[in-house]
Amino acid sequence: MADSELTTDATVEPDTDGPTDAADTVLELDGVTKRYGTETAVSDLTLSVRDGELLTLLGPSGCGKTTTLRMLAGLERPSEGVISLADEEVAGPSTFVEAESRGVGIVFQDFALFPHLSVRENVAFGLTDRDDDAADERVDDLLDLVDMPGMGDRSPDQLSGGQQQRVALARSLAPEPDILLLDEPFSNLDVRLRVEMREEVRRILKEAGVTAVSVTHDQEEALSISDRVAVLDDGQIEQVGDPEAVFEHPESRFVASFLGQAGFLSARVGTGTVDTSIGSYDRSLLQGLADGYAGAMVDVLVRPDDLRAVPATEADADGTIVRRQYTGPSFIYHVELDNGDVVRCLHNHAEDMTVGAPVAVDLVADHSLSWYPKQG
Amino acid sequence: MAGSERLARLRDAVGGDDEPGLSLAVLAGAVAAFVSLPLVGLLVRASNYGFGHLAGLLTETGSLGVLANSLVLVFWVTLGCVLVGVPLAVLTVQTDLPGRRFWTVVAALPLVVPSYIGAFTFVSAFGPRGDLADALAPLGVERIPAIYGLHGTALVLILFTYPYVFLTTRAALLSFDGTLVEAARTLNHSRWAAFKRVTVPQILPGVTAGALLAALYALSDFGTPSIMRYEVFTQQIYVAQRSLGVPEGYPALLSMQLLAVVAVVLALESRIGEGDASYVSRGSRQPGRITLGAWKWPALAFCAAVGVLSLGVPLGVLAWWFEQAGSAVFEFEPVVAWNSLKVAAAAALAASLLALPVAGYAARSTSLFATLTDRLTYVGYAIPGVVVALALLYLSTEFTQSLYKTVPLLVFAYVVRFLPQAVGTVRSSVLQVDPKLTEAARTLGRSPLGAFRNVTLPLIAPGVAAGAALVFLTTMKELPATLMLSPIGFETLVSYIWLVRGAGSYGAAAIPALVLVGVSALSMVVILAQERYNG
Repeated sequence: MADSELTTDATVEPDTDGPTDAADTVLELDGVTKRYGTETAVSDLTLSVRDGELLTLLGPSGCGKTTTLRMLAGLERPSEGVISLADEEVAGPSTFVEAESRGVGIVFQDFALFPHLSVRENVAFGLTDRDDDAADERVDDLLDLVDMPGMGDRSPDQLSGGQQQRVALARSLAPEPDILLLDEPFSNLDVRLRVEMREEVRRILKEAGVTAVSVTHDQEEALSISDRVAVLDDGQIEQVGDPEAVFEHPESRFVASFLGQAGFLSARVGTGTVDTSIGSYDRSLLQGLADGYAGAMVDVLVRPDDLRAVPATEADADGTIVRRQYTGPSFIYHVELDNGDVVRCLHNHAEDMTVGAPVAVDLVADHSLSWYPKQG
Repeated sequence: MAGSERLARLRDAVGGDDEPGLSLAVLAGAVAAFVSLPLVGLLVRASNYGFGHLAGLLTETGSLGVLANSLVLVFWVTLGCVLVGVPLAVLTVQTDLPGRRFWTVVAALPLVVPSYIGAFTFVSAFGPRGDLADALAPLGVERIPAIYGLHGTALVLILFTYPYVFLTTRAALLSFDGTLVEAARTLNHSRWAAFKRVTVPQILPGVTAGALLAALYALSDFGTPSIMRYEVFTQQIYVAQRSLGVPEGYPALLSMQLLAVVAVVLALESRIGEGDASYVSRGSRQPGRITLGAWKWPALAFCAAVGVLSLGVPLGVLAWWFEQAGSAVFEFEPVVAWNSLKVAAAAALAASLLALPVAGYAARSTSLFATLTDRLTYVGYAIPGVVVALALLYLSTEFTQSLYKTVPLLVFAYVVRFLPQAVGTVRSSVLQVDPKLTEAARTLGRSPLGAFRNVTLPLIAPGVAAGAALVFLTTMKELPATLMLSPIGFETLVSYIWLVRGAGSYGAAAIPALVLVGVSALSMVVILAQERYNG
């Protein structure tokens, strides 16, 4: 993620919540690695999770996020590294605390409700150390919390997907875990329910005041529910930060292209300007560009909302439209620039532009843009 | 989504527009009525005696003792099957037992040994003048524990029917969602506690289903208790029917009692079946394997002991006979094998033809009548072979003297017994054929019959063939109906084995017995291939 020989004034985005205080760290991973034979699923992962926050591990499938979650739960043992939970080492070279003794709750992707038990019995399952009255009371509280009072006698197969998820949440929260893990929590729900349950799950977690780690490959989900997002690729952390910082200022090309419909604009850094095939701009356009570097080639991150296409004559055009993508509320035009770069331009309503039409592309962004050293 | 489900359920209740035609319903109904004739015959006979007379017999004769014997046998066999089958299933599915695949095959294989051949070899090996006694005699051992009676019967039945429990438990364990165990562990349960509170309740329906199958088998098996001389219903019905001195109606009374017990087992089974649906789990992650550690050795010894007793003994004894008898093994006449083939082929052909309308109707119709006809054809499966044979004897003496102990009557008995196998395979093949294909054929100008001939039939042909093969193979080894209904002087492999067993010339039985084991093995292959085809 380091930008090789080029440096910027602010390579590391300062954490918006201020410096991490060791006291409010609940979970700490230090150099955690997991190998299966010769495959390395997770490599040298270091991360801390603060009390009460919801941190999401975001990455494409196979990036090692689920393996990380299972190691946190005690269902897999790390090959190297140390995991500490509430100031106690739960996995390390010589220690391994089993899942049942770890104080970790987990909401499984398919919810894994016990089909032979009622909703109440499911929620009460982990309450083995309380007497019946206390357990009953706790179950009632939790069914209230997940907004399912009076549904305790149903069996799991009588519940809708959203209700099953509420029960799974209640069940894992019941024993008051130090940390709650959520494995792709919304992937088993249909699209409309997904949006509704995102807000609902966040409300429940915040109301319960629990520290939570979730994993997903869905960027919209990660950005909308999380306090902080950690982007993973190929077993390694690419960037950790609050959702806005990660989305607006991706620190690596991978993060940039994984979030949003990213396009890259080739540019040459001049003494006072940045020159691109769609025009020259002030150097301040590039975020955190240090002095010097005149003559360096860079790629500038442009998302569809940063650009607008305007009909032009062949002579004035920057490129031609190669594709029209209708998304419902808006149009996205794919424009192939004269130098071969393809960028996307967002329009809120249909313009009278067809595929093959020559267009000029305007930069309409009102914020500085992230950039990366030219590849190859 | 809920709306379309409700619509589908509504359609199921009233029967949609795509209900098959009336002629198919009539055909299916006729087949069902035809194969339930024996049951009717038995009831007619019983009512001729008058139920008062039968009730009197209940106390006068030893029939209550027979009932007690049967129940005791069923109890021990069922218990034994669970105690052997469940540990084997857990060991081969959920632990790190060395050679799990090998032991899985070994544990399932005893199903291919017809239990009467198993019993036969056990008597030969462990009987009072058997091979073991002969081997021990020079060492001064004069008596070995008797193999006859309850102990021997229960032992042999357990050894050859536990695979039912093993297979259903194994299936339950394999389809069990391992995520549930992980969920339990993250909810503060140890592996053992999770096994007790999550795994056991989930596999219980599978274990129970297998146990009920074993119970049903123990109840209806005729060969083993007859060879082991233990007085249960099947053995007593056979003896009473052939003896002159027994009170009139006694075999019928015993049959009615046996059917009542069978009905209880079937009722239990159907209740288990209903509960099953809610136990379907969607996840597929297998739970982590249990590490056996030093327990590995007792576990291996257990597997090996079961394998030696249920496979080693019967196959070893058959090989020993073969070896010892020399040229005597070829004493039996080829016509015996020819007879077996002939009746089995006739039964297979008849069963396949009769299965087509029943299976086609059951697969395409949701009406109550379709369910009824489908279930009626299964009656022959539930009724023990001895009872079917007895009922057909009654029926022929009562109405059609000319059919008494003829080959057509014998074939009819086989069809009644094994039609469900053909119906089952044909129905699942019909279900695999998209109804839209026949609709397409109809819109392209074919009549319903034409669409069936040109589209459905070619597609279900493999299923029909598999069903016919199954009927053929199971007919080859059927014992009680063959003994009771064969025309005088008409010998098949099965009746030949029975004959030479009585005469004590074991060597002559070696080849027919090995052929029947091979036949059973083939029918297993057909079933497995069919499952893969449907899967």
